[in-house]
This record gives sequence, C-alpha cells and structure tokens, in this order.
Amino acid sequence: MQTVDPRGDQEKIDVRYVAHLARLYLTDEEAETFQRQLEDTVGYVRKIGELDLAGIEPTSHAHLVQNVFRADEPREGLDRDTVLENAPAGEQGQFIVPRIVE
Amino acid sequence: MLTSVETLTLHEAAGMMERGNLSSEELVRALVETIHSRDPRIDAYVGVDEDDALGQARAADEARKNGARGKLLGVPLAVKDVINVKGRPCTCASRILQGYVSPYDATVIARLRAAGAVFLGRTNMDEFAMGSTTENSALKITRNPVDTDRVPGGSSGGSAAAVADGEALAALGSDTGGSIRQPAAFCGCVGLKPSYGRVSRYGLTAFASSLDQIGPLTKDVRDAAIILSTIAGRDPMDSTSLDEPVPEYEQGLSGDLSGIKLGIPREYMVSGLDAEIERAVRGAAEACRNQGAEIMEVGLPHTEYAIATYYIIATAEASANLARFDGVRYGFRAPGAHDPIEMYGRTRAAGFGPEVKRRIILGTYVLSSGYYDAYYLSAQKVRTLIRRDFEEVFKECDALLAPCTPTPAYPIGDKVKDPLRMYLGDIFTVTANLAGICAMSVPCGATAAGQPIGLQILGPAFGEETVLRVGHAYYDCGRNPR
Amino acid sequence: MQEFETVIGLETHVQLKTRSKMFCACSTANGAEPNTRVCPVCLGYPGAMPVMNEEAVRLTVLTGLMLGSRISAYSRFDRKSYFYPDMPKNYQISQYDKPLCEGGAVDFDVGGEIRRIGIRRIHLEEDVAKNTHFKACSGVDFNRAGVPLMEIVTEPGLTSPEEAFEYLLALKRILLYAGVSDCNLEEGNIRCDVNCSVRPRGQSALGTKSEIKNLNTFKGVLNALRYELARQIEVLRSGGEIRQETRRWDVDTGVTSSMRTKEDEHDYRYFPEPDLMPVVLDAGLVEEWRCSLPEAPRKRRLRMVEQYGLPDYDAGVLAADREVADFFEKTAAMTANAKAVSNWIMTEMLRLLGETGRPVAALPLRPQDLAALIELVETGQVNAGTAKEIFAILFEKGGDPATIVKERGLVQVSDEQAIEDFVDRAMAGNPGSVQDYRKGKKAAAKFLVGQVMRLSSGKADPRVVNRILKEKLASE
Repeated sequence: MQTVDPRGDQEKIDVRYVAHLARLYLTDEEAETFQRQLEDTVGYVRKIGELDLAGIEPTSHAHLVQNVFRADEPREGLDRDTVLENAPAGEQGQFIVPRIVE
Repeated sequence: MLTSVETLTLHEAAGMMERGNLSSEELVRALVETIHSRDPRIDAYVGVDEDDALGQARAADEARKNGARGKLLGVPLAVKDVINVKGRPCTCASRILQGYVSPYDATVIARLRAAGAVFLGRTNMDEFAMGSTTENSALKITRNPVDTDRVPGGSSGGSAAAVADGEALAALGSDTGGSIRQPAAFCGCVGLKPSYGRVSRYGLTAFASSLDQIGPLTKDVRDAAIILSTIAGRDPMDSTSLDEPVPEYEQGLSGDLSGIKLGIPREYMVSGLDAEIERAVRGAAEACRNQGAEIMEVGLPHTEYAIATYYIIATAEASANLARFDGVRYGFRAPGAHDPIEMYGRTRAAGFGPEVKRRIILGTYVLSSGYYDAYYLSAQKVRTLIRRDFEEVFKECDALLAPCTPTPAYPIGDKVKDPLRMYLGDIFTVTANLAGICAMSVPCGATAAGQPIGLQILGPAFGEETVLRVGHAYYDCGRNPR
Repeated sequence: MQEFETVIGLETHVQLKTRSKMFCACSTANGAEPNTRVCPVCLGYPGAMPVMNEEAVRLTVLTGLMLGSRISAYSRFDRKSYFYPDMPKNYQISQYDKPLCEGGAVDFDVGGEIRRIGIRRIHLEEDVAKNTHFKACSGVDFNRAGVPLMEIVTEPGLTSPEEAFEYLLALKRILLYAGVSDCNLEEGNIRCDVNCSVRPRGQSALGTKSEIKNLNTFKGVLNALRYELARQIEVLRSGGEIRQETRRWDVDTGVTSSMRTKEDEHDYRYFPEPDLMPVVLDAGLVEEWRCSLPEAPRKRRLRMVEQYGLPDYDAGVLAADREVADFFEKTAAMTANAKAVSNWIMTEMLRLLGETGRPVAALPLRPQDLAALIELVETGQVNAGTAKEIFAILFEKGGDPATIVKERGLVQVSDEQAIEDFVDRAMAGNPGSVQDYRKGKKAAAKFLVGQVMRLSSGKADPRVVNRILKEKLASE
C-alpha cells in the first residue's frame, strides 16, 4: 500500500494546476503565497506516513449503518419563481449562463 | 421587568414565561436592546431580524395563552450564519453567497420552530466554517468580549461571543474540528458538539460531511441539554443521522458524580500546553473527584496524527462540497465572463477568501490522481486508529477530561499569516470529530490576565447523557467564577 | 476492410422508471415547464443532502438479474468531480469501484446468428440537467437533474456497428419486458457512449480508441460507428495515428469531429460519498426482488401451451408482449374458451393495436368485456360479423357488450320466419343470381347470402341463412 514517506523528498506541488482542477483563478501573488503555505502544510500532513497502516480498514463513515433508503414517492419541490429569484441570471424559466461551447 | 438579560439562562427565562412573569415579546425587546448597546463593541451579529423576531415572539405569547407549553416556547436564539433559515440570507460569511436568500429551513430550525423558539438573528463566523478565529469572515471581525483585542475563536466565534456577552440566551453553532468548543473556551461559555449522526445536518451548509455537527452554545449545561433534546434525532432528509432514541437530556442532570470514572489522556497534557490551562484542567479534575468521580490517566496514542489526518479529510470533503458555489444558480457571479469556465474561475476567485481557497486547493490535491492513496485513503485509515483509541479508553472510563485549546485566546491578527500554526491549535478538538464521539467545553477558570479557560469533556458516541451529567455537576452546580 | 478488425464497447445510460428522482422526492414525470420539478437537493443548494431511492436500487438489481450479473453484496456511491453548468453540485453522485452489479451477458441476433456480449458492470448514478444553447448564452433546466440513471457497460467485445445496433435492440427488449425503463428514445430515456478502435487483423494489442458520447438513437450509434471506424482505418492506412479523444457525432452532416477538449484532464477525484450509507444486499432481499421479475418470454410461452391448451404458434405470438399476454390470461380466466380469446387477440386486437399504436394499458377495452363478448357469440346472441363491430367499439370507446347490443339492436336474428322473409326478398330481387346458381354457378349463392345479410342489417344468423337459402334454391 502506497503511503508517503515523510522522510523522503517532498513532491513539488503544481498549485496552478490544482487550482485549475478546482476552477479557481489565482493571481501571481496568490499562486506564490499559496505554493509556500501549501508546501508547509503538506510537509506537515505527510506525517501520517510514519504509521504502519497495513491491514487497517479506512473509515468513510463514523458509524456503521447501511441501506438507508427512501420510498419512491414524489413530492412538490420549490416554486420556480422563488428559485429564479436567487439566480444571478434567469430567463424564460431557465438559468442563464455564458454560451457553452462544446 | 427584566433586569439582567445578560446573565439570564434559557431555562430561567422559560420558567419566568411559564409562570407569567415575562413575555417572549419583552424578552426579545430586552435582547434587541442589549444587542444594540453591546454588539458594536464585539460585532458578534451579522444580522438582527428585529421585526420578524418580535412577530414570532408575539405568536409564541399568543400560543401560550391558548395552552401551548414547552421549554423553548418563546425563547429567542441566535443562529450561526451557516444554517439555512427560510426567507433569510445565509451568507456563511462569504462574498460568494451575497444575495442568496434561503428557500428552506434546516431540519434543526424546523424542529426549534415547531417548539416555539424565536430566531433573533444571525451570527458571524469564519467563512464556510474554515478557521479558528472568525477573522476569516468576509463580513466583519468579531472580538472576544472579555478582551476585545483578542479573537473570540472560531469558526462559531459570533455565536460564542454573543452568548458570553449576554447578547443571546443561547445560540446554534457548527463544529467540524472544534468550531463550537474552541470559541466557547475562548469566550467563556458552554459549547457542545453532539456525536456524529446525533443531530440532522440537513440545511447545514456542508464543510466536511463526515465531520460536521450542529450544536448549542449556552450559558450553562442545562440549557445545552434542553436544546439538544429538541434538535436531536433521526431525520429522513439526512441519511447520516442515526435512529438512536433521544432521551430527555435534562433528566440525567443528577448533580453528582459518584460512580463516574473520568480519564485524563496523557497525550493531551504535554509540553506546548499553556501552564495555566494545565493547572485549570487538573483543578477541574480535582473538583470532580470531590464530587465523587474517580480520576485516572489514560492513553490516546494516535493523538499526534490527528491534525494531519483531519486536514487531509476535512479539506478533501470541503473541496467537493464547495464546488457548487459557481455563480450558476444562486449567490455572486463575476460579470463579463465569455464562457462558463471563465465564469467559474473569476467567480470563485472573487467570491472566496484566502483560507477557503487554501483549503480547496489542499483538498483537491489530496484527492487528485496519484495522491489519493497516499493521502486521503491513508488518512481514512489513521482515522480508524484514532476511533479505536477512543473505543479502548471508553472501556475503562465513562468520559474524558482534557484541555480544549493549547493556549488561551490570542490577539487578533496573530495567526493570520501562518495557517499551519493556526491549524496546530486544533490538536485537542479534531479527535472528537474524527472519531464521531461527543464533546463539550465548559468554563473552568481564567488565566491571570483574565482570559477564559475551557475544560473539555469527551464521551463515547451517543453518550451525551454522561457528558452533560459531568458538565452539569462540575460547572452548573459548582460554578467557577470567571 | 478485411485487414482490420474492430473492437467496440458501449456504455448505455438508461433512465429508470421511478416516480421520483434518485436522491430527492422531486417528480420524474416528463413534459413539465423548465425548473418546476426542483428542490434544494437537485439544485445543489447549500445544506442539501441526498437520500437514496430504494426503487432505483431494486430496478438496477432486477436488471442485473435479467442479465445474469452478480449482485454485489456490498456496494456504495462515490463523488465524481467535474465542473459543468448542467451539474448542480459540480460533482455527480455515481458508483466507482463498488457497483451494484458485475458481470452478466446479453444475447442478440445478428444476421441470423446468435452472438453473446459480456456485461462488465451495471451501476447507478444521477442524471445531469439539460442545457439549451442560444446564440449568446445557454440555458439550464434542472428538471432532469437527479433522475436515476442506470449505466450498463459492456466488455469491449462487439465487433461491428451492426452488432452494436442489435445489442441495443436486444437490451431494450429486456429492459421493457422487465418494466425497468420506458425506453422512450425521444424522451431521452436511453443514451449511449461508444468506444471504438481498430487493429490490424492478428494483432493482439488493442488499437487506440476514440469515444463518441451522448448518442440518443440506435441508428445514430450505428451510423456514427460506421463513419468513425472507416475514418480510423483511413487514418491508419495513410500512415497516421489515432488520437485518444472524445468526438462528437453530427447527425446532419454524418461525420464525427473532435470536441474542443473541455476536460482534457479527466481527473474525477473519486472518493466515497460521505452523505450516503453503503448498500448491503443479503441473499434474502435479492431473492425477494427476483420473485418480482416477470416470467421470461420463453418460459411463459411454454406454460401457456400447457395451461391453456393453446397451439405453440398462438402462445408464441401472445407471450412476445408482456401486456398482451397479461390481457390474454386475465380474459382466459373468465371464459372456458381460451382458444377463442387467443383468436380475438391475435386477429382483431393486434391488428387494431398495430393500426392505432395505442398501448394495451391505455385501452378502454377490459378483459371482462372481451370475455362477455365471447359469451355473446357462443350463446348465439350475435354473429361473428356483429361481434367484430362490437369489438371495434369496445377498443375505441369501451363499454359493456350486452348494453351495446341492446342499444344498437344488434341481436342476431335467428328466427326462421324472419330469415325466410329475407331470403325470399333476396331471391326475388336477384333473379339473375338465382338462375346462375341453378345453372351450376355455386358461387352465386354467396352473393345471395350477402344480400340477405344486407337486408337484415347484418344480424341474420349466417348458419340459418345458408340452410334456408340452400333449401329454397334446391326446390323449384
């Protein structure tokens, strides 16, 4: 199982690429500051690589519950006017965004 | 006539209203006046809905005339601005939710409303609950009521400051890594984080879905018990809320600790812990012993990995939870974009503050291709080890006593430049969120400089009865002067 | 073409036949005004949380059972992150490495041969919103966002566009039969992504594949594949290389073209959905659901032969459509003459169904009405011709056969005297035909019978008419 080696060389983080995955435009200044701060933080969290995690199950949920279902019963939702009032741009009942180019 | 609404507890007010000595309308007016006169000093509130609150108060008084009863009838509460209240803004202290008006009530709000509670106003917080000082709010800075040059803690800093300063009888907050308990400790009030799955999260703007919980900030433990009884319980709208029965938590407040075994985790009483805080916590343990408890030392060996684990898991989940803020359906949208990608990039750049951006980037990174196993998956495994640590200790004792924070409240501006140092302050609180257990902070004295110190009481999952019992016996009954 | 062989895999997204969405209670009914079937959950509002629709899970498991898949004892949902305006949360709740079903196969007929394609997995996810493109902007309608979508992934084992087409037809038949989806392509109930590549015959390594997404007709799949494979072969023949990319099929121009890469990094950053609990299906529950599966067509056919004494041909026709078969069995339960029921359905009912395109479920004609009609014929109250008229009325408008007969005076005339009168009049009015018959043209009798029927407004009992006419023609 692949863990980080906290004693090994820290990987270089491409902050601009990661920010792009998260659709965050960064200024040059932000990119530089965040690069430093993130490297600090990642340098710290790599600590968990000290532990032997072989055979340990990951915890996705604090408590083990299963099969939490809902019956297939339709219900009224929100009224459209209310919904479009919150929209930054709406017209003819639709949410309007800049032209999507496929 | 109401003389001192600042120190009035929820249960005292309920008693007065029950006996006809006070109306909800009077109570709300008194609080609104208090807010007007005191809040400019600490800026705990981001919005006070005076007219609406008075309307609710009158309705509660009317209902009482017609036979309605209940501890929360007519009781005004402040709500951290991360919880959806129908018809109100829910800014999460962020620019990106500018203009958003919630079309629905969170389940906890609906339950409180049904019990007749009155919603007074919304309190300040760190943006999207990310931070430990409330300095990350895009709206304003909140100040610690005991010393206004210091932070009130975070992210529920507004709620804690409002309660501690007498501007609210009680408030709701949210806790992902300590955000109820730590500000309660810094401001000198009670703050309870229920077990994960105890209280519905439907309507709580999500930060970290597997760690978040809504909880009360109050002036005493009895008030916390009263609020918890109303908001707890399975919610069909929240698949992670458990089907555990909800006791009348007030019933368990026996006032004594005979037969209770309390453990002090040695890893929490280490160097780096402020000496005055250590002394106060040990003093509290002694007080508990005098009330009949058995005190012992226990071990939580994986404590030192908790912050690393927390900041991997919480930021990963947050990076996904905050992806929905994109300018399409609600909130702020950066104008003039030529295509959706540009709209997203510019909206989120202008809409989010630096701490939120940092955490989104870190969270995206630890989930990204090539790093998932090493970071996120590994952190989930360390989480299992931390959970097991608690399961083990709770075989030996009923609850744990620990410090809440390594230091008392620090000056405003102190940690802003150094996020990592700020993260390290969460060392005693993140463990409860990772393990899914319950934990509460109660005041246990002050530093020589007068800064409040918080005693943390941790209990097993769905063991709120024990935690409340210990807190009530120690704090409510043997009240320590501030 | 012979020097290359083709490798095709299909991912088919099927909208499940549920009444509410996958993770919220909004209605899935079609045709609503934009953004009127929405709520905080399917709009991705702050604080909203998903709750799993049990029926969607059941329908997916049923599909797995129909296809012979392994139903996973433990499965869960994951978040699949990417940004797009039709994504309310900018992550889709889907299933990554623990899908509901794995394995299975679909048999289909291509060019007279039965072929089998393996199914890799079947999983459940939520559909995205619908984008409409205008000149200067795009509009988003979230009615569709959150509709339960079942994704069926084949092994990359289809070897021609024709096989892909036949596979889809076979899959659709199975899904319709199990009642899992309406499979209405116009309403977008089924959409396909295809992956295809070519390699020189004999080469074991796969060629570079390209993907064509969001094909919403089976013909589209066929034509897009034909074009794309030809294109790939052409590129390779002229010494070029195939780029791994996503292409768009333009149905008007009939070509695929490279899409501007909006997501050249497909880093979906999957992680387990913290807001949903795992699905743990024990054998008992799966068995309970298996029992609710409709009988497979072949099995039903065999049973109908045995149970109703029907000829195999009849049983075959009836069992092919589940609703028709249901209608047959309900009617047969109310009469003693199953063959009569079968005849009526195979002739009149299927004909009218074909002509009008109406679904069986929407017919005003009910099993008890057909049973009553058969009874009327058997007791001689109406003749066969009249019965056909009545059937047509029942099919169109519904009603009670006995009442219709009464109201329209359709009772069969069997009275000997009355029929004698009609016969006499027919013979008197057509002396030429009478003479023809007596001269040896036996067929003239038929004409005369027709005249008698006309005179009696079709109500005369044909058997009696024939007898009396023959008697009268014979005498003299």
